[in-house]
Parts: sequence; structure tokens; C-alpha cells
Amino acid sequence: MDRVIETPLTADDISCLKIGDVVYLKGIIYTSRDMAHMTIKDKLDKGQSLPVDFRGAAVFHAGPVVRKTDTGWKLGVIGPTSSIRMEPYAEMVGELGVKAIIGKGGMHDKSRDAFQRYGQVYLQAAPGCAALLADGIEKIEEVHWFDLGMPEALWVLKAKKFGPLVVAMDSRGNSIYQDIRNKAQETIDLLYRPA
Amino acid sequence: MGKPAKELDVSEITKAVRRMCISANYNVPDGSIQALKKALETEESGVGREVLARILENHRIAREECLAACQDTGVAMVFVEAGQDVRFVGGELYDAINEGVRQGYRDGYLRNSVVTDPLFERVNTGDNTPAFIYVDIVPGRDVKITVAAKGGGAENMSGLRMLTPAAGVEGIKQFVVEQVANAGPNPCPPVVVGVGIGGTFDRVAVLAKKALLRSVGSHNPHPMYAKLEAELLEEINKLGIGPQGFGGRTTALGVNIEFAPCHIASLPVAVNLNCHVGPHESVIL
Repeated sequence: MDRVIETPLTADDISCLKIGDVVYLKGIIYTSRDMAHMTIKDKLDKGQSLPVDFRGAAVFHAGPVVRKTDTGWKLGVIGPTSSIRMEPYAEMVGELGVKAIIGKGGMHDKSRDAFQRYGQVYLQAAPGCAALLADGIEKIEEVHWFDLGMPEALWVLKAKKFGPLVVAMDSRGNSIYQDIRNKAQETIDLLYRPA
Repeated sequence: MGKPAKELDVSEITKAVRRMCISANYNVPDGSIQALKKALETEESGVGREVLARILENHRIAREECLAACQDTGVAMVFVEAGQDVRFVGGELYDAINEGVRQGYRDGYLRNSVVTDPLFERVNTGDNTPAFIYVDIVPGRDVKITVAAKGGGAENMSGLRMLTPAAGVEGIKQFVVEQVANAGPNPCPPVVVGVGIGGTFDRVAVLAKKALLRSVGSHNPHPMYAKLEAELLEEINKLGIGPQGFGGRTTALGVNIEFAPCHIASLPVAVNLNCHVGPHESVIL
């Protein structure tokens, strides 16, 4: 049976997830990439309110393709963007109460620390599989900050069963990426060790 | 006196660019599909095989349902090889190309991913223009146009180094393999590795990009460079990054090298990566 977790996510939902687990998400998912993160930071700095409540939220590093139709927004395709660009916001995202980050390529030490302190996980969605992933999204609820451009806006998605998502960094400081980076470095040392 | 120049109305170029922007983003190149299928047979990692199967399924759905295979439909790179006996009429060549990109991204529901100013404004241009255009003048009466949609994730993992002659084959290999290792999961492996060797600082980057226009599974006609392509592919696939970066043999589907003469003191090398989608398509007018 596929493991489906529902937003808003609780501390218990997160603490039992470990690297390598495969899950699907149900409920509300927010997209945010470079400009949305910048905008959040800017608003927080100025003491302004945010349009959504990030407590227990799943934030998807993604810039979807969306069409406007007579009946509202319609999702074309959606897939993860490289999460490492959002690394500078690790602390802010943790403080906001975000529980799951969805993206690709993983994040580094600042995020790994934040994940442990705030009880968060990093979920990788299949990169370059945008047609397949769009199937898991039921509809688009609304959009904020559309003036940032379609990819950069904050989209509020409603997922019926979004995934599969692989737990690639957990709340205990484990990271699949770090393990694989270490192995790749060993291979390089072996192949090109100076004589 | 030779034959008069062939006239080509630039509206034909607009049409071709429009069509290829859409088609390239919906239809993952055959060479890549074949390489992915082969990788599915040889991949030893269970997770890796699952990922490869999912990628193939995604690319099939995209083709059949006329959807972009990846949401990042990239910046539009347009390479023109213009025969010197062709005269463009009916408008300006660059305008015609940009119009084709504008129409293609609009009509194909492709994502607009270009901002005006890189640093201060970063406002989306709203129609995916300007295209990034390279024009080469070649002999003959044909015009070959190639459209490549270049996504940001893989492009960000590119690198260039001005090596010197003493670095030799080993130096080139180490740089290329390290570049792919450092890129890790970010360029959406399995990747295609475009390598430029020689030329100058600027030229070598273009060589690496042009190498990606060659189909996966093709080889450089020069036997020494073809051998280097094969060796690099083997060494890259020892890194263990694997499909989606979750481990496995299939880190790269292919390595394509293009080379050029260079200064006696130089050995420039550049790496430009394509994800497993790597949309590109050509037409001859």
C-alpha cells in the first residue's frame, strides 16, 4: 500500500520518516521558488503579513505551467526545480513552520541543521517528469504574487495523491545526497590520484 | 557568374522555429529515448531502474498527450547555419526567429523563463524572448535551423577551465568527471555531457553547447575524440550518482565532444550539461 500523508503535517508525521522512504502527499501544497522566497523574506523583514499560513505546510520548489480558462486556473505540467538555490532561506523556512520541502537535488548543511531543529523533511519529486507529476494535483486553489511571473508566483495546489516522493533528507540529519557525494569523491580520488 | 542567390522569406523561419519550439519540448529526442531504454536494461540499482522506467513513462505521456516533458521549457537557443548563397527577404532574420519563439511558447503552453535584466530587475519578459541565437555562414544554398530548449537546472551546473598543455588527456578527464560529480543530482541525471576542447575562452563554451546538439549515441568522427568520449562515459558512470541522483550506474547517457584549434599555450575545456529530456530539433529550409 502506498503511504499517503496529509497536510497540514504534524511533528509525528515527520519524525517517523527516514531517508529512502517513499510517500505521497494529499492536501494543500504551496509552490515557492527564488522570487517567492525573496518576497517572503522581504515581507517578514518589514513586519508585513503573509498570504498563507505555512505552519505544517508542504512547500514545493517548482515553477508550474498554468493556463487561465473560463472556469479558473488549469495546471499544465509541474516539476521540481533545483532546491539548492533556496538554501539561504533554510532558517526562515524552518521558523515559518514548514514541515516538508519538495524539490530536486537536495540541500546542504544549513538546511540539514534546520531540518533537525525544526523537524522537517526533504522530499525529492522525480525531476524532468512534469507530465507524470501533474496527474497527482487535483486543482489549483489560488495564486498569490502573480506579478512575479507565472513560474515565480506562489501557487496554492490541492493534491489528491502527489508523488511518488522519496525522503532524501530526514529530520535526524541523514541525507542520501551526502552519502552519494562521498562515494563519488572516493571514485574520483581513485581514478585521478596523482602518481 | 554563379547562380543567383536563393531567396528565403523569413516568415518560413518563423514558422519553422514556432513548430520546433513546441515539438522539441513535447517529443524527447529518439537518441535519448533509446539510451534510456538501454540504461533500463543495464542499470543495477533497483531504485535506478524504477526511476528510469518512470522517466520513460513520463516521456511517453508527454509525446502522446502533447505536453511538455519538463515544466522547465528553457530558454530558446537557436542555431542557424546559413548557406552563403541564400538571401533572407521579407523582414529581419533575428526578428523572425524571436517571433517564432514567441508564437511557439504561447501556442504550445510552454513556460516563459526569461527575465529582462539578470541582476536588478529580473522581470519575466512574458514571451520567452529574446532567443539566444548563433549564426554561422556555411557554403551552399540551404539554411539549417536547430532549436534547443535549455533548462536552468542543468545549465547552472556548467563549467569552464583554461587548462594548459601539460594537463593533457588526464587533466581534461579529471575536470570533466569532477564537474559531473560536483553537479551531483542537480542537472537531473541521467545527463548528457557536452564537452568543448580547444578554441578560446568564449569559443570553448559554444563548442560544449554545440556538442549537445548531436544526438545521444553518436560519436565524434575523429577516432581519438570518439575514444575519449567512450572513456569519459565509462568513468562518469563509475561515480554512482545514478538516475535522479539516488545511486546507480546510469549517471550519464552519453558524452559528446567537439574540438577546435587553440593557442600554443592553451588547453581550454568546457562542460555543458543536458538533463535526460534535453529537447532539440533541426530542420533544413
